[in-house]
Amino acid sequence: MTSTVIAPELAAAGLGDVTSSAASLRRFLLGLPGVDQVGAEARAADLATRSIKTTAKAYALDLAITMIDLTTLEGMDTTGKVRALCAKGIRPDPTDPTAPPVAAICVYNDLVGVAKEALSGSSVRVAAVATAFPSGRASLAVKLADTAEAVKAGADEIDMVIDRGAFLSGRYLDVFAEITQVRAACGDGTGRAHLKVILETGELQTYDNVRRASWLAMLAGADFIKTSTGKIVPAATPPVTLVMLEAVRDFREATGRQVGVKAAGGIRTAKDAVRNLVMVNEIAGPDWLRPEWFRLGASSLLNDLLMQRTKLATGRYSGPDYFTLD
Amino acid sequence: MTTFDYAPAPESRAVVTLRSSYGLYIDGVFVDPVGGGSFKTTNPATEEVLAEVSEAGSADVDLAVKAARRAYTRTWSKLPGRERGKYLFRIARIIQERSRELAVLETLDNGKPIKESRDVDIPLVAAYFFHYAGWADKLDHAGYGPDPKALGVCAQVIPWNFPLLMLAWKIAPALAAGNTVVLKPAETTPLTALLFAEICQQAELPPGVVNIVTGAGATGQTLVEHPGVDKVAFTGSTEVGKQIARAVAGSHKKVTLELGGKAANIVFDDAPIDQAVEGIIRGVFFNQGHVCCAGTRLLVQESVADEVIRALKRRLKTLRLGDPMDKNTDIGAINSAIQLGRIRAMTDIGDAEGAERWSPKCELPERGFWYPPTIFTGVTQAHRIARDEIFGPVLSVLTFRTPKEALEKANNSPYGLSAGVWTEKGSRILWMAQHLRAGVVWANTFNQFDPASPFGGYKESGYGREGGRPGLEAYLNG
Repeated sequence: MTSTVIAPELAAAGLGDVTSSAASLRRFLLGLPGVDQVGAEARAADLATRSIKTTAKAYALDLAITMIDLTTLEGMDTTGKVRALCAKGIRPDPTDPTAPPVAAICVYNDLVGVAKEALSGSSVRVAAVATAFPSGRASLAVKLADTAEAVKAGADEIDMVIDRGAFLSGRYLDVFAEITQVRAACGDGTGRAHLKVILETGELQTYDNVRRASWLAMLAGADFIKTSTGKIVPAATPPVTLVMLEAVRDFREATGRQVGVKAAGGIRTAKDAVRNLVMVNEIAGPDWLRPEWFRLGASSLLNDLLMQRTKLATGRYSGPDYFTLD
Repeated sequence: MTTFDYAPAPESRAVVTLRSSYGLYIDGVFVDPVGGGSFKTTNPATEEVLAEVSEAGSADVDLAVKAARRAYTRTWSKLPGRERGKYLFRIARIIQERSRELAVLETLDNGKPIKESRDVDIPLVAAYFFHYAGWADKLDHAGYGPDPKALGVCAQVIPWNFPLLMLAWKIAPALAAGNTVVLKPAETTPLTALLFAEICQQAELPPGVVNIVTGAGATGQTLVEHPGVDKVAFTGSTEVGKQIARAVAGSHKKVTLELGGKAANIVFDDAPIDQAVEGIIRGVFFNQGHVCCAGTRLLVQESVADEVIRALKRRLKTLRLGDPMDKNTDIGAINSAIQLGRIRAMTDIGDAEGAERWSPKCELPERGFWYPPTIFTGVTQAHRIARDEIFGPVLSVLTFRTPKEALEKANNSPYGLSAGVWTEKGSRILWMAQHLRAGVVWANTFNQFDPASPFGGYKESGYGREGGRPGLEAYLNG
């Protein structure tokens, strides 16, 4: 295992030695308070009953658009497809210039260059999935090379997957070490690519695991923790996102460092998106209600947000043909 | 707008048609009281007068009891169980169909948030009627002998905290078992009971099977003391419960009492903290703390006390207090000026006793009756706020060191209605549940109700059980 420098905020919070050995990391993660499944699901269901209307709805719809990582992760992706997606990301609604751009375009790393070029001059960032996405079943060397290539091609953000096999077999320190090394491969200084760590919660299965994996990723220096690859069902269910929002809230309370959350997979409607924002607002707090700290990984969601946005402004629904297919 | 402020989302009250005045529901029709007395019922969130309601005197109560007796002897006791069940199923379905109307009316008259009346009260009301409708033709199998008999006429007096739900807890099992009833709703919340009377008409329930007499304490007293009554069921304060027990002592009347509580909600150091905090909130701030089984004593293990209290305060800051009709309101209005006065008096005692008071910053509306969610820390068993029922959004926080100490403190109360245990250790849950002297013990949850689950108290929290199969016993002679 490689030695890593302990982040000063962790040392100050008394968490400096947590990752010093496999045993201490395991002790720490297993010592986190448990998550009661029934209670967590009830809380998420309760927050889903919030009624977001009129001005609050308008605010939430626009905020949700600015938080989208507009994603295409298909074997059939082409440069043409990525360019089209980038154009859409910059100007989601060609008929309405007040519709804000999305946060980022998320692609496989071989298409980072295309996206980078198509987005140049805009505020939209390029996120690349790396580390043998989505399964993560490759050697560390391959994962690091994958990451380095994406960074070299200009990716602003790296979405890595954790080694779920290692996590589920209890080799937490291996997972930790891999994240820290991928983070190192993201570069350093101001040009460092932001690291989003995908937990693939659908494979971790329990909320206890979601909480432990969240802390593990944050201890290893994740800028964001992300629910899912989008390739596994279930993905970003409300209780999973809730547990992760609790984790970033608690982590900041303990260390002073704020970590973002990305909910990805299964968020298709404006209503889903608004419910996510309500959770962010009431669980993590308003500090997280910015694209710097909360993202929605999605593709079809954007058109529903645009449709609802138009409905709110004009009082009527337009047909789907009035919104661009990408 | 630069912050995510939830815009007002008020539920429409157009779904409710309020009459300016209501008569008494006796023998299937609404009638004016013999003495002509009346009182006003108001919306506690605005102090707006909602309607004029009749005050039943002893002549009216007598008419109601006689109507119930007639219905019992002539009709209801002769119907086979499956026919009684049909009526109850019909009532349950109408309640579901008119749930929105009932929820809005409940919130207007009681002050509880529409979210609670819509998602908790009214769905449970329907569920209790469905549950007991199913029992009506299966009484032989309830475990009270091969051919259990109804008692006759039941006098039922219910409180203002869950007006329609308490009505369901009383009327559904009574009717399923073959009794007829005279029910008196609380004087501050009579309207949903009167709407229920309309539902009985709509369901074509035979006249006299259900009678609703409105009025204050005197009406209730006349009703429970009426010699034509075979059974008294009361939910309310321990003080009134004792008066009722004295009044019926030595008579043939069967009695069930569901009275006050001062429940302990016990959080161990291995609890799921986030969910425990939710459970504490749900335990004491649900329905503004107007809940007899509310978890008003938080017993938290000293080793996690700071962490739990910090998390609790953080969570309290996100509670939304205000217009009960707003769908995003978490904390509604206190039901009456009198109750608000009691809460103030009790919390003043807490201050005087040296407990430390904390409330989140929240603006209280100018009109209506309001009290902010409040927690007292540094409370000991010797404080009155740890012993007496406050019946408001007020939590007393005590600490303990060992499971044994938690148990002793939890049981060290004249009440014994409910308790909560929070721990990830299953064996500890079982051990605590076995030794807690409380009618209901919730494990890693709080204030959960189900028609199949019996509910009732130990000690001064009353006697008898309501709900489920055991709830039938209160209305049957085995």
